[in-house]
Amino acid sequence: MTKVSMTVNGVAVSGDVEGRTLLSGFLRDHLNLTGTHIGCDTAQCGACVVHVNGEAVKSCNMLALEADGADVGTIEGQAAEDGTLSAIQQAFQDHHGLQCGFCTPGMVMSTAALLKENPRPTEGEIRKYLEGNLCRCTGYHNIVKAIMAASGQDVSSIAAE
Amino acid sequence: MPKDSGIGASSKRREDVRFLTGAGNYTDDINVHGQAYVHFLRSDIAHGRISNIDTSAAEGMPGVVKIFTGKDFEGVGGMPCGWEITDRHGAPMQEPPHPILAQGKVRHVGDPIAAVVADSLEQARDAAEAIEVDIEELPAVMDMKAAAQDGATLIHDDLKNNICYDWHLGEEDNDKVNEVFANAAHVTTLDLINNRLVANPMEPRVAVAEYSRGTEDYTLYTTSQNPHVIRLLMCAFVLGLPEHKVRVVAPDVGGGFGTKIFHYAEEAFCTFAAKACNRPLKWTASRSEAFMSDAQGRDHVSTVELALDADNNFTGLRTNTYANLGAYLSTFSSSVPTWLHGTLMAGNYKTPVIQVNVKAMFTNTVPVDAYRGAGRPEATYQLERVIDKAARELGVDPIALRRQNFITQFPYDTPVALTYDTGDYNGTMDKLEAAADLAGFAARRAESEANGKLRGLGVNCYIEACGIAPSNIVGMLGARAGLYDAATVRVNATGSISVMVGAHSHGQGHETAFPQVVADMIGIDESMVEIVHGDTSKIPFGMGTYGSRSLAVCGSAMVKATEKIIDKAKKIAAHLLEASEADIELKDGQFSVAGTDKSVAWGDVTLTAYVPHNFPLEVEPGLEETAFYDPANFTFPAGAYACEVEVDPETGQVTIEAFTAADDFGNIVNPMIVDGQVHGGIGQGIGQALLENCAYDENGQLLSASFMDYAMPRADDLPFYGVDHSSQTPCTHNPLGVKGCGEAGAIGSPPAVVNAVLDALNAGGKAVDHIDMPMSPSRVWAAMNG
Repeated sequence: MTKVSMTVNGVAVSGDVEGRTLLSGFLRDHLNLTGTHIGCDTAQCGACVVHVNGEAVKSCNMLALEADGADVGTIEGQAAEDGTLSAIQQAFQDHHGLQCGFCTPGMVMSTAALLKENPRPTEGEIRKYLEGNLCRCTGYHNIVKAIMAASGQDVSSIAAE
Repeated sequence: MPKDSGIGASSKRREDVRFLTGAGNYTDDINVHGQAYVHFLRSDIAHGRISNIDTSAAEGMPGVVKIFTGKDFEGVGGMPCGWEITDRHGAPMQEPPHPILAQGKVRHVGDPIAAVVADSLEQARDAAEAIEVDIEELPAVMDMKAAAQDGATLIHDDLKNNICYDWHLGEEDNDKVNEVFANAAHVTTLDLINNRLVANPMEPRVAVAEYSRGTEDYTLYTTSQNPHVIRLLMCAFVLGLPEHKVRVVAPDVGGGFGTKIFHYAEEAFCTFAAKACNRPLKWTASRSEAFMSDAQGRDHVSTVELALDADNNFTGLRTNTYANLGAYLSTFSSSVPTWLHGTLMAGNYKTPVIQVNVKAMFTNTVPVDAYRGAGRPEATYQLERVIDKAARELGVDPIALRRQNFITQFPYDTPVALTYDTGDYNGTMDKLEAAADLAGFAARRAESEANGKLRGLGVNCYIEACGIAPSNIVGMLGARAGLYDAATVRVNATGSISVMVGAHSHGQGHETAFPQVVADMIGIDESMVEIVHGDTSKIPFGMGTYGSRSLAVCGSAMVKATEKIIDKAKKIAAHLLEASEADIELKDGQFSVAGTDKSVAWGDVTLTAYVPHNFPLEVEPGLEETAFYDPANFTFPAGAYACEVEVDPETGQVTIEAFTAADDFGNIVNPMIVDGQVHGGIGQGIGQALLENCAYDENGQLLSASFMDYAMPRADDLPFYGVDHSSQTPCTHNPLGVKGCGEAGAIGSPPAVVNAVLDALNAGGKAVDHIDMPMSPSRVWAAMNG
């Protein structure tokens, strides 16, 4: 066991982990931050996306020890302290951008990273950016629409919500 | 104006807040103090005889609590099949045992051989690697037609062959069918494969089980679409446990699509072993494990023949299908190629003579069962593909050929056992033609051609039998379960309402849509109504969510129970208002006496029900009612879909340029949610048509066992969809007039995509009759250059 320390959603945390413990496992099992989901074992689905030092990272693809000293953000830290949803979260609700909710934390975290680097992405840029995030429920229609809306674009001409 | 609340409003989903903030409670989020972890050692051989299992080295490894093999389950029941099919000769299907852990033989890659329980998951995995298993490998039975031959290697030694059943529906007289085809002016024949798929809900399956020696109670948390079904099957058929001592909870479930209907061995194992180990146990499937243990979908090989007269009227349809059931019978597997498939072969058309023949086969593959649509996509695909081929052969417009043969009078008795209650197929096609701007297709094709691309338009119809199902009918057809549902409406003293429902929401938005109905009936705010689901200790005995049944069946039970509530509340209101019950009207949450200004509010009546000081003596206190609802018939959602593709003639790459759906779902409670259900179904249907394929090699090795190998549709594979739900013929036999919308997209879309690609190729001068799904660039290119 090795001690690992990091900041998660602004709070300093630490724990003893095995060398093979993944960041996703540390978040879920040690910190009980179960909003980060595990949907695959090949780093394909993106349900586990978190932010590490401001970058979107698949937390199943990183050892907890690699995040030692890092500033980590998870889905639990996206809403305001009083519970008000972020603009991205609110757009997902407004435009029915989620159904079962399992891929949703990763989608929200990826979207936040996308909009940071490209504040007004086109439909094509959004679809391309989401290649690392799988959703089985929505057919992506309302996810793409929600992201366009979250970035301040008029989505009224896009078919039904 | 769209409504802003109640039935017909696109109310935002209340469940979204917890899902968007990481506060969902999925099964893998549940941890029980003191839990140990389960890891299954699974066969990496498709077919073989187990000669020895040596667990001695593994048992001494750190953290190991106990190791189980098939020996520990001798005398314990196996996994049951919930539907007995009677074959064409009147004999019951062959029904082999399906043990919790392999007994004597392994029959597919992924078949569980042993299970290790250890203090940590890592220790359980490490110990499993130290188990020595000797397997005498046998030839893998993979090809369905070869498996049906006399002398084929037997998968189940005690069965007479590998055929589960040889079944038929419709016209029994072969001579009569032959005569129809002999007299036809034109016959179109098509061989096609409905490719095997993996449902792949994003949440893998999980089971957490605990047992209390103090109370002798079991609790199983599991990723299920129907917790009561799991409890019944596990208690009555597998473990022999008293139902009242077993609580099954399906909390937030991350998608199902059918594959979480079934009772799985891992659930029974964890429940059994939690007692044996006296420890809470947790098992979480990895995605690779899901690929080799979740029931898979489709996998039909068919020949379909359509007979037409000289005026292009359909005169006969004959299909012969080999349906792959995999190595064992999953819970509802036997019903999929039969009653959920053969019965839909009339489609939207008045074909007078139909004969359906199905041989259901055992093979050394993962069991196959219901996946979104379940039999109905396979029927729709055959029918809508052969019609399109016939139109091309005859040189007629494929839409006109369909319209000419549409059923237009309702109710309509099909030759394959169903009675369609209502529909308007021409009206729905009109909606499609407008919504998809089919009039503008020629111009769009010209533009594509100018860019060096081939453009194609594919159109098809579908019908499905949903609202599953009338118990008396399915009982006659072999179902070993009733298919009613149930709801309890509990009104609290202050007027808020908890509705306990048998349906389970795993993405469908019941927590939002169901309260819209109850609130609308009473005239109160939706926020005063809450749905409770997924916990057998809280809800009445309902059958869960599948077959697009939740609102049509459970919703109907909820309406019936709410009607009982309103009836009783009117009695109380009449007493308070000193009026006759017959004169009491309920509107906007106020009970009033007709023709007067006397009224009492909903909240005052509910408070009186629980503080019954001034109360009618003949009425019981309280305000809580339960209703069970058994549907009188199936519901029949129907629609017409259009797909436009571009094909790159250099590479065979297909891109979806437009996809439009016109569906008739009857009445709609929440249009936003219904549209979302259709989007998701279309996404899966396009996935089947272009990308997805569950592939095995000839030795039974699963080649597509991860998201690296199985091509799930990604955002940039799919377009925005157009959906039109304004064609509405309400269901005639349930109180809401609803039909169900969950599966339509997946049923209606694959033939549209294939028809579109073939239209593009033929328009480009390539005479191609058929390409099997998934239409990968290499397959399309080969067809163009073959």
